[in-house]
Amino acid sequence: MAKRTKTYGLLAEYETPAALYRACEKVRDAGYAAWDAHTPFPVHGLERAMGLRPSIVPYIVAVMGFTGAGLGFLLQYWSSTEAYALIISAKPYNSYPAFVPVTFELGILLGSFGAVFGMFGINRLPQLYHSLFNSKRFYRFSDDRFFISIEARDAKYDPERTRKLLEATGAASVEEVED
Amino acid sequence: MSHYVQPQHEHDPDPLEGRTALVQGGLSFHEITEKVARVIEHPHRNWWLAFVPSVALLGVFVISIAWLFWEGVGIWGHNNPVMWAWPIITFVFWVGIGHAGTLISAILFLFRQKWRTSINRGAEAMTIFAVICALMFPTIHVGRVWALYWALPIPNQMQMWPNFRSPLLWDVFAVSTYFTVSLLFWYVGLIPDLATMRDRAKTRIRQVAYGIFALGWRGSHRHWVNYESAYLLLAAMATPLVLSVHSIVSFDFAVSQLPGWHTTIFPPYFVAGAIFSGFGMVLTLMIPLRKWFGLEQIITIKHLENMAKIILLTGSMVGYAYGLEFFIAWYSGNPLETFAFFNRAFGDYSWAYWIMMSCNVITPQLIWFKGVRRSPTALFVLSIFVNIGMWFERFVIVVTSLHHDFLPSSWDYFSPTAWDWATLVGSFGLFFTLFLLFLRYLPLIAITEVKAVTLRANPHYVDPGDGDDDGHGHSHDRVAAPTSAKLSGPIERAGVVDSVHDDDDDPGPGGDSRGGAKVVVKAPPKADSPANGDDDDGPTKVDRSPISSEALLVASEAAAAARKAADNRLDAAKKPADDGDAAAKADANEAVPEAGKGGEDSKQFKFSPPKLSDQDAGEGGTDKE
Repeated sequence: MAKRTKTYGLLAEYETPAALYRACEKVRDAGYAAWDAHTPFPVHGLERAMGLRPSIVPYIVAVMGFTGAGLGFLLQYWSSTEAYALIISAKPYNSYPAFVPVTFELGILLGSFGAVFGMFGINRLPQLYHSLFNSKRFYRFSDDRFFISIEARDAKYDPERTRKLLEATGAASVEEVED
Repeated sequence: MSHYVQPQHEHDPDPLEGRTALVQGGLSFHEITEKVARVIEHPHRNWWLAFVPSVALLGVFVISIAWLFWEGVGIWGHNNPVMWAWPIITFVFWVGIGHAGTLISAILFLFRQKWRTSINRGAEAMTIFAVICALMFPTIHVGRVWALYWALPIPNQMQMWPNFRSPLLWDVFAVSTYFTVSLLFWYVGLIPDLATMRDRAKTRIRQVAYGIFALGWRGSHRHWVNYESAYLLLAAMATPLVLSVHSIVSFDFAVSQLPGWHTTIFPPYFVAGAIFSGFGMVLTLMIPLRKWFGLEQIITIKHLENMAKIILLTGSMVGYAYGLEFFIAWYSGNPLETFAFFNRAFGDYSWAYWIMMSCNVITPQLIWFKGVRRSPTALFVLSIFVNIGMWFERFVIVVTSLHHDFLPSSWDYFSPTAWDWATLVGSFGLFFTLFLLFLRYLPLIAITEVKAVTLRANPHYVDPGDGDDDGHGHSHDRVAAPTSAKLSGPIERAGVVDSVHDDDDDPGPGGDSRGGAKVVVKAPPKADSPANGDDDDGPTKVDRSPISSEALLVASEAAAAARKAADNRLDAAKKPADDGDAAAKADANEAVPEAGKGGEDSKQFKFSPPKLSDQDAGEGGTDKE
C-alpha cells in the first residue's frame, strides 16, 4: 500500500449477507468500536452480530407523542375556556370529549416528527459527504454488496493487523479509503 | 441459533409460515435493482401516452378552479337543501382512496405481511396524491379561499379561535395530519432507494438531485437500527391514524341529525369502504404498470389475488353495512329514518343507489371464483367498477339525505353542472399527473424492502454454491466433478454452475446479470484440506495453505481479468461475458482462492458458513474413501 497521510480506514467487501454476518461477529469479537456495516437492506439480526444497543428512537417518539397530545389538549382547553369562550350547542366550555380527536391527531403528528427527525438526528443525517464515498467499490452498497468499514481512529486500528483480520473473514476485497 | 431451517428455494415452503417465496424467478439483488431502476432510466413510451392526457385534464381542473374563484360557488349545481354535494362527495372519495396505501404500508407491515413490499411504495404514493386531491375540495368549497386559515388555530387580529367541537375542524386536523404522516412515512421508505438511484445515476443532475434527497445515506447498519425503529413506530402510529381519519370524516355526517346520516355504524362502515375503494384504485394502477414495466416477477399474480381478497372482504363488509342501515331504519320505527332509506332505494336517486349496489356489492362477489381473482384483466375491470361504485356511494349518502330534508316545501333535485363535472374529472388529471411524475422519477417498487424479503437476504441462507444463486442446490444433488485441481481452502465444493439446476426458476434469457457465471467450474472438495478443520475460522486459514509463486502469479492475473469483467458487467449488466473471462475465472478458481475473491463478480466462489462447509468437507471425504 502506498503511504497516505490521512486514511479514513479499511473497507472490506462481502458478497452475501451470510458472509457479512459472520465477518461482523469476528470484528465485534476483535474488540473494535469505530466500525460499521453497510448493506443494501437491513440484514436481519445484524445488530446482534455487531453488538449494537437497541435504538433510542422509541423514547423520543414517546416523549414527542405525549407532548403533542398534551399541547393539543391544552390548546383546545385554553382557546375554548379562556381565549374565546362561547357556548356552542349548549355544551360546556370544557367539552373534553369533543377534544379527543384533535388531541389524538396532534399526538400522532408530533410523535411522527419525533420518529423521523429523531432518527435523522441520531444518525446525523443529512450528511452529504462521507469519506467512504471516496471508494469506487463502496457505491455497490446500495445495490448488491455488503461492506464492513473500520475507521482509522479506532484505538485498535492497525493498518496491517486490521487488514489481516478483514481478509481472514472471507472478504471479497479489502481496500484502504482516504479520508 | 435456533433450529429453524431457512428454506433454500422459492418453491420450498417456509417451515414456520408455510408459504413460498414472494419474489419469483430467483432474482438476485442486482436484478431487483435493475428491474425497478429500468422503469425510471428507460421510460416506457406509454408514459407519454398517459402523461399528455393527464396534464390536459389537470388543465381542465385549473381552469374550473380559476373560474370558481372568479365567479364563486354559484357555478356549481348546489341548491337550497343540497348545499354541499359535489365537493364533499369527491373529498370523501379521494380520502378513501388514500386509505389503502396506508393500510398496505402500515397495517400489513405490523402484521408482517411481507407481500406488501412489492406494492407499498406505489400505494403510498397513491395515498399522498389522493389526499392532495381530497384537500383541494374543502379548500375550494369554502368559497373565500383566502380566509381558509380561519380553520387553523392561529392567533389573529380578530382574537377568534376555531370551534374545536365541530367535526369539520376535526377533519382539518385529521386530514392534514394524515397527509403529513403519510408523506414522512413515504419519504423515510424512499431514502435507501434514493441512495440506490444516486449511486446508479449516469448524469450529474440526477446524481445531485437524488443525492440531496438521499441525505447521504450510506447503508450503515448503525443507521439501519434507528431507521427500522423509526419505520416501525411510524407504522404503529399510522395504523390508528388511518382508522381515525375516515372515522372523523364519517363524523362529518354521523354527528349531524339528518336521517340517513345519524347512525353509529358510520365510522367502521366508512373505514371498510375506504379500504375497499383504495384497493380498487391500487389494482387500477398496478395492473397496467406491472405489465408495461415488466414487473410481473415482483408484483405477482399472488399479490393481485391477495388484494382481490381484501376487496372481496371489505366489499362484503360494505354490503353488510348497507343492509344493516335498512334493518335499523325499519327496526327503529323512526318514520323519518324509514322514509330516508326507502327514498334512497326507490326515490329520485334510485338509479344512483343501484349503480352503487351493483358495483360495490354484486360484482365483487365474482372474486370468489379463483379464475377471476387470478386474472389481471378481470380484476382490472372489477377495480374500475369499484371506483365507480364507491364514488356513487358517497353521492347516495350525501345527496339522497339532503335533497329531501325535514321541510317538504324545500325539497329539490340536485343536478351537477358542467363545472361540477369539470372539477371532478380535472381532479383525476391532478392525481394522474402527480402519479405519472412519481413513476418517472422515483422507484415504483421499494427496492430495499423487496431485496430484504428474498430468500438470500436471510443471513442464515446458505448459498448452495452453484453460482446460479437460485438457491436450488442441496448438497446431495450437487454433481461432484473431480478434476486435477490441487487446491484446498475455501472452495469447498464443486461449483457446477447453472447447467445442473437450470429449471423454471432460472431468471430467463438475459436475466442473469452476472452473465459470465454460466460456466462449469470444477474444484472438488478436499477432505484433507487444512483449512476445512472444525475451527470457527473456516475460510480464514487459507493464507497458510501452501501456494506456489507461479500459481499466485497466474491467479492474480486471472483475478484482474475477472475484476475487469465484473466492472464491465456493471455497465452492461445484461451482456454475457465472453469465454475469455470465463476461462480466466476458471483458472483463477483452480489456482488460488484469493484470486476468486479478487474477481468479485465471479459467483463460482462461495464462502459458506462453516456448518455446511464442514459437513460438505466431511461428505467429500467420505466420497473419497
